[in-house]
Amino acid sequence: MANYNLRINGKNYEVDVEDDTPLLWVLRDHLGLVGTKYSCGIAQCGACTVHINGEATFSCTMPISSVGTDKVTTIEGLSDNGDHPVQKAWKEVDVAQCGYCQAGQIMNAAAFLKKNPKPSLEEIDNAMNRNICRCGTYHKIREAVALAAKTK
Amino acid sequence: MADITKTNRRDFLKIAATATGGLFIGFYWSSCDSPKMKVLSTEEVLSKAHNFNSFLSISPDGDVVIYSPNPELGQNIKTSFPMVVAEELDADWSKVRVLQAPLDNDKFDRQLTGGSGAMPHSWERLRKAGATARHLLLTAAANQLEVDMASLSTEKGMIYHKASGKKLTYGEVVMAASELEAPEEVLLKDPKDFTIIGTPIKNVDNDDMFTGKPLFGLDFYREGMLHAMIQRPPFGMKIKSVDDASARSVSGVTDVIQYDNFVAIVGTSTWPLMKAKRRLKVEYESDGNVESTFDHDKIMKELLDSKDARVMRQDGNVDEAFKNAAKVITSEYQCPFLPHAPMEPMNFFAHVKGEEVELIGPTQTPDAARMQTAQLLGIPKENITVDITRLGGGFGRRLRADYVLDAVEVSRRVNAPVKVTWTREDDMTGGAYRPAVRYRFSAALDAAGNMIGFKLRGVGLNAGNSVRQDNFPSGAVPNLLIENINYNSSVTTNAWRAPITNFLAYAEQSFLDEVALEAQKDPVKFRLDLLEQAKSSPTGSVNYDVDRMIGVIKDAAERSNWGKDSNVKQGFSVYFSHRSYVAQVANIEMINNQPVLKKIVASTDCGIVVNPTGANHQVRGGIVDGMGHAMFGNLVFENGLPKQKNFDSYRLIRMKEVPEIDVNYVDSGYDPTGLGEPALPPTGGAIANAIFAATGRRLRSQPFIEQKEFSDLNLEIRRG
Repeated sequence: MANYNLRINGKNYEVDVEDDTPLLWVLRDHLGLVGTKYSCGIAQCGACTVHINGEATFSCTMPISSVGTDKVTTIEGLSDNGDHPVQKAWKEVDVAQCGYCQAGQIMNAAAFLKKNPKPSLEEIDNAMNRNICRCGTYHKIREAVALAAKTK
Repeated sequence: MADITKTNRRDFLKIAATATGGLFIGFYWSSCDSPKMKVLSTEEVLSKAHNFNSFLSISPDGDVVIYSPNPELGQNIKTSFPMVVAEELDADWSKVRVLQAPLDNDKFDRQLTGGSGAMPHSWERLRKAGATARHLLLTAAANQLEVDMASLSTEKGMIYHKASGKKLTYGEVVMAASELEAPEEVLLKDPKDFTIIGTPIKNVDNDDMFTGKPLFGLDFYREGMLHAMIQRPPFGMKIKSVDDASARSVSGVTDVIQYDNFVAIVGTSTWPLMKAKRRLKVEYESDGNVESTFDHDKIMKELLDSKDARVMRQDGNVDEAFKNAAKVITSEYQCPFLPHAPMEPMNFFAHVKGEEVELIGPTQTPDAARMQTAQLLGIPKENITVDITRLGGGFGRRLRADYVLDAVEVSRRVNAPVKVTWTREDDMTGGAYRPAVRYRFSAALDAAGNMIGFKLRGVGLNAGNSVRQDNFPSGAVPNLLIENINYNSSVTTNAWRAPITNFLAYAEQSFLDEVALEAQKDPVKFRLDLLEQAKSSPTGSVNYDVDRMIGVIKDAAERSNWGKDSNVKQGFSVYFSHRSYVAQVANIEMINNQPVLKKIVASTDCGIVVNPTGANHQVRGGIVDGMGHAMFGNLVFENGLPKQKNFDSYRLIRMKEVPEIDVNYVDSGYDPTGLGEPALPPTGGAIANAIFAATGRRLRSQPFIEQKEFSDLNLEIRRG
């Protein structure tokens, strides 16, 4: 076990966990930030996507020992009142079916649009291809990313 | 055909004011032993508070709370049900709050997500609840204003008296309304007056879902609870020995328990369990029934020639028809087992406290979870409570309670509250799968190309009945034989979105395409001719509405510009399942000699569309699901274990693999029918038929990517 000082959503947290504990499980089990989801655990589906220094990252395979002083943002910290342009677009387009993957989708989309504020539809498809939605909301995801880009 | 617009049940209502004030209307969902409707005194309400169901309540400040009884897994029921109540109530939707109801057999009937059955089952009940509340509010308002009730109108939670210009809010009359006797009968709205039904009301959980609030079972946390993971045996095997020394040494693991054929690892958080599970050494031995896909293939092929088939339907004289046929066409189709793979893996919370149990988690059938827990522990079901969280998908997997019992077993052994979590690998390998099935179809054509004989024989591995003997084309062919053979496999199976029809529709619609081409008829015309036959001279019973099926066929053909653009190669498919009708056309264009799947046109008749956004989700989602699994879904067994254990080897469809999907509804005016499943069955056939039209390659097995006919096609999927 070791002590880690983490910077998550603009707040400081201290946790005492094994070095190999993935960031995902530190968030979910130790800090109660359960918006970040577990689904595959092997960096294949994107349900666990968070931002590390603004970069979309799969938290399920990132050991806590490698987070260091990097700034972590989770779905809970993406905006103060759920009013990030991507969150607003997700509501406007009414994207979700079961909703389980959507936090990861939103985090991926938000990081992507920061880098590429005016993407083509093809670029949206490429960027969002790393997140699986088992319900098949892909058309709505694409529409919401395009809307967020427009309204930003 | 059953009359779906009528209900034989009497739905009783209870009405009361409580000490805190407000109008409460409770449904009695069971019909037999309900008391006569009456107004209860406050004392009566409070004394019955433990079993009084406030399904709908209106507070003096006008807030409306509606309880949603059915598990929500993405089918949008938590939004659609309250919409129906609010419609007849004429509520202000912005003042409606929706809460998930816990399991309660006394108050709710069919608290279940499955079979696309919730809306057809509850439509009239929900409407009556809203209409009864509105009637009482209007009566109270008429008394207060001393006017005739007929002179009052309602809109968005307000009551208007046009002649005097007076108006009242629902909140202002709700206390008086709660003193009134409920009417025996209420008038329901003419659907043309709907203002909420038919509008794209947004998902009531959006804010919570998109900000990461704890909604799902896996998000549930209780102070002091332990976590557990279960090591399950491969199918057909039993434990020979367990070496748990290394697993126990993982920091955070508190216990390793072996029971029956399982090993449970218990600890203080999730990650140590994942580590320990990898270190756990369990040796298994055969219990006499270890199977592999190689065996399954052999068994299904052999059984197709078995003499022990069960006749499910027989019309006319099939032998005679085939003997006299000008042409006979025979083809076989096969599909593999498939896991459900919902994004949220199986999990459940259980706290066994002596003779009482608390259950919380994602289940499609809380009632089965309770019954099986009661059975396991030998306690009355009344001692068990079940709270339903939001479900991160289900697809039928959460109709089984195996993972609920895991939590119960561990909780009673460690005497603590326990949340069991399955890893993705557990979910893939310990599944209850869509059964593997092989079909043999035969058609007899006369010299004019009419289908005078039709035979279908299905072999399923734990599929139960692998055929649907009364579905189209039954009724449309004078000589017909439908047979089933079931094989008891050690691989467990379960309902998987659109059970049986998820593959049967593909096989049947592909085969009918083969027959149409042999008969030298246009595939759409061929189907329409059969339906005309079912209408004008039906053979045996016809268990589908011929006109509604014709309706979606014509609509899909028209909107897809069927057969009119020689550059677009099209595949047609139509299916009736779960009371709804869906026709689909897949469009493939040859671009630089490469087939490009660009679009799927879908035409649906599900009666009244309650929420167009929700309906579009179900149609598009069903098509994406049907397409993904037809193309990619494969589960290969080796010695009782699937080779595909996670999403690196088990391929789910992704963003770049979905074509444009055009969705339309045929307005038949019927009451709403289910839509969680019916759009899935036709998809694979539409795509396979388009692939044949474009390339001449006939795909008779799924998944496509494993077929040699598909491997060098280089099919591209492109939107827009």
